[in-house]
Amino acid sequence: MGELLGLTVAQAAAKIAAGDVSAAEYFGAWQGAAAGDELNAYLWSVENAGDYEVKDGPLGGIPVAVKDIFCTEGTPTTAGSRIIEGYRPPYTATAVRRLDAAGARVLGKTNMDEFAMGSSNENSAYGPVLNPWDRGRVPGGSSGGSAAAVAGGLAPCAIGTDTGGSIRQPASLCGIVGLKPTYGAISRYGMIAFASSLDQCGPLTRDVTDAALLLAAMQGRDPCDSTSVGIEGGIAAPSREDLKGLRFGVPSELARDTFDAGVRAVFEATLARIEELGGEIAEVALPSAEHGISAYYVIAPAEASSNLARYDGVRYGMRSGGDGDLLEMYETTRAEGFGTEVKRRIMLGTYALSSGYYEAYYGQAQKVRTRIAEDFKAAFAEVDFVVTPTSPTVAFGLGEKTADPLSMYLNDFFTVPMSLAGIPAISIPAGLAEPEGGGRRLPVGFQIAAPAFAEQKLLEASYALERAIGFDARPEGVDG
Amino acid sequence: MRPMIDRDQVLHVARLARLRLSEDDVETMTGELSGILEHVDRIGNLDLEGVEPTSHVVALENVLRPDVPRPSLPQDVALASAPEPLNGAFRVPSPQADA
Repeated sequence: MGELLGLTVAQAAAKIAAGDVSAAEYFGAWQGAAAGDELNAYLWSVENAGDYEVKDGPLGGIPVAVKDIFCTEGTPTTAGSRIIEGYRPPYTATAVRRLDAAGARVLGKTNMDEFAMGSSNENSAYGPVLNPWDRGRVPGGSSGGSAAAVAGGLAPCAIGTDTGGSIRQPASLCGIVGLKPTYGAISRYGMIAFASSLDQCGPLTRDVTDAALLLAAMQGRDPCDSTSVGIEGGIAAPSREDLKGLRFGVPSELARDTFDAGVRAVFEATLARIEELGGEIAEVALPSAEHGISAYYVIAPAEASSNLARYDGVRYGMRSGGDGDLLEMYETTRAEGFGTEVKRRIMLGTYALSSGYYEAYYGQAQKVRTRIAEDFKAAFAEVDFVVTPTSPTVAFGLGEKTADPLSMYLNDFFTVPMSLAGIPAISIPAGLAEPEGGGRRLPVGFQIAAPAFAEQKLLEASYALERAIGFDARPEGVDG
Repeated sequence: MRPMIDRDQVLHVARLARLRLSEDDVETMTGELSGILEHVDRIGNLDLEGVEPTSHVVALENVLRPDVPRPSLPQDVALASAPEPLNGAFRVPSPQADA
C-alpha cells in the first residue's frame, strides 16, 4: 500500500497503463488515505468507488483532489462558505471535465478559505486545515486543503485556484509544487468566481513533471469561457537537465524587503544552484511591484463585491429573514451566510467602487496594474525568468495573523505582482528553514515567473532546478 | 490626505452591499477598513497621468460564436437548489414590507 502511495502521478499512470498496477487498487488505496484525513483537508471525499472502469489517457486511473471552488455535478460544492452549504451544482467545471477526459477521477473536494479569500485557510466556514509538517501551523491559502492533501499523503495530486497567490503560497508552505498558469490558459467555466480578471486554475503536485501532466490535460480554449485561449502547442513532459544560456532576474527591490532569514538563506542557496547548472543570475528592476498589494486589495475586493452579489437567497444556497420584505431577506441572508473576511472584502470593494471614490481607488489601481505589467515586460527583455521567494515566511502558527487583516494581506507580497500581470509563476520546494523564533524546520518555496504563455519553458527550467535541489523531505509519517 | 472611512460611511456602504452589520461589526469594520485603506491609499499619491488602466491582461477582442439555439438547463434542474421554488419559479418576499 505504502509503495503505491509513494509513486508520483507520472509513475503511477505509467504502471497502470502497463498493467503493473490495478487502477481499482490504486484508487482504493488513495480512497483509504483520504478517508483517514486528520488535517481537515477534505470537505467531501468519494465513499464508494463503485465499479471503476479506467479511461485511457495520460491520467488514466489517477485520483485528483479538487478544491471545493470547482463545480462538480451532483456532489457538494461549498467554496468554503455557509451561504451555499448543501449546493449541488447542475454542471461540472471545464477544468475537472478535462481531467476526467484524460482519465483522472475526482477523489474528493478540498477545504479552502471562503470564496478563496485568505492566505491561511482560517477563513473556511468549515474550520481551518492543518499543515501536515506541523499541525499547529497553517497550510497557507486559499488552496490550503489541496496543498495539505498532497503534502500530507492524502492525494497524489490536486487542483486549486490562484487569484493573488492561492496556489503558490500554500504549495510553498506545504513543501510541494504549485503552478499558476497564464491568465487564460485554463477555462474558468464552473470555477466559482472571486475576482474574474485574476482567477486562474492550476495544479498542486509532488513534482514538476506531475504539474506538467495536469496542466497539459486542463489547458485549452473553452467556448464556455470567452477569456480562455489555451497554450499554443500544448504542454509536454519537461526533460531539461541544465540551465545553460538562461538568465534569472532577481528584483533589486528584494534587497530591502523584509523576509525571514531562513527563507533568505534557502533563496540564496537556490540562486547558487542555478549558477551551478549554468544559469546566469542578473538584477532586474520591478519598481512598481511594491504597490502590488495596494492595487490588488482594491481590484480583487471590487470584483468580488460584484461577483458575490449573486448570493442573495433567491436561486441557490441558504435563505434567512424570509418573513420580512425582500431587502430584509437579502441583508439577513448575506449577514448570516458570509464569514468575516468575505464581508470585509465586500465592504472594501463596494466602497472602492462607490460614487466619488471609483477613480481614486479602482481607476488608480488599474493604472498601477499596467505599470506592474510593463515592469515585467521590461524585465523579460533582459532575462528569461524573474525569481523570488514564494512567501516571506515559512508556515505561521494557527491564529497568529487572524487579528490583523493587513498583516495577513502582506503575506501575498511576492505572489500578487504576477497575478496582476497575468503571467505564469511556479513555486517549487527549495529547502527547509527554521521559523523565526525557532521550532521544527519547515518547507521554503522558490518562485519562478515567466512571460505570458511561456509555461513549457518555465516547466523545463523548474524541472532542471528541481532535480538539482533534490528536495525529498516529507512530513513525519508520510510515505514516499 | 483623503479621509479614511467613518461610521456613517460604513453603514452607507453596508446598505449598498446588502449586508446587515451588527453594532459590533460596524465598530470593528470601521477600524479595520480604515487601516487597510490607509495602506491602499499609498497608490493615491502616485503620478499615473496618461497611464492606460488595465482591465484585462490578455489582448482579446470580439470573441464570437455562431448564434445557434442549443439546449439550456431544464427548469427543474435550475430550480433544484433554490431555497423556495414555487410553481416553476423562484419565490421571493414582497419588495414592500406591508404588501
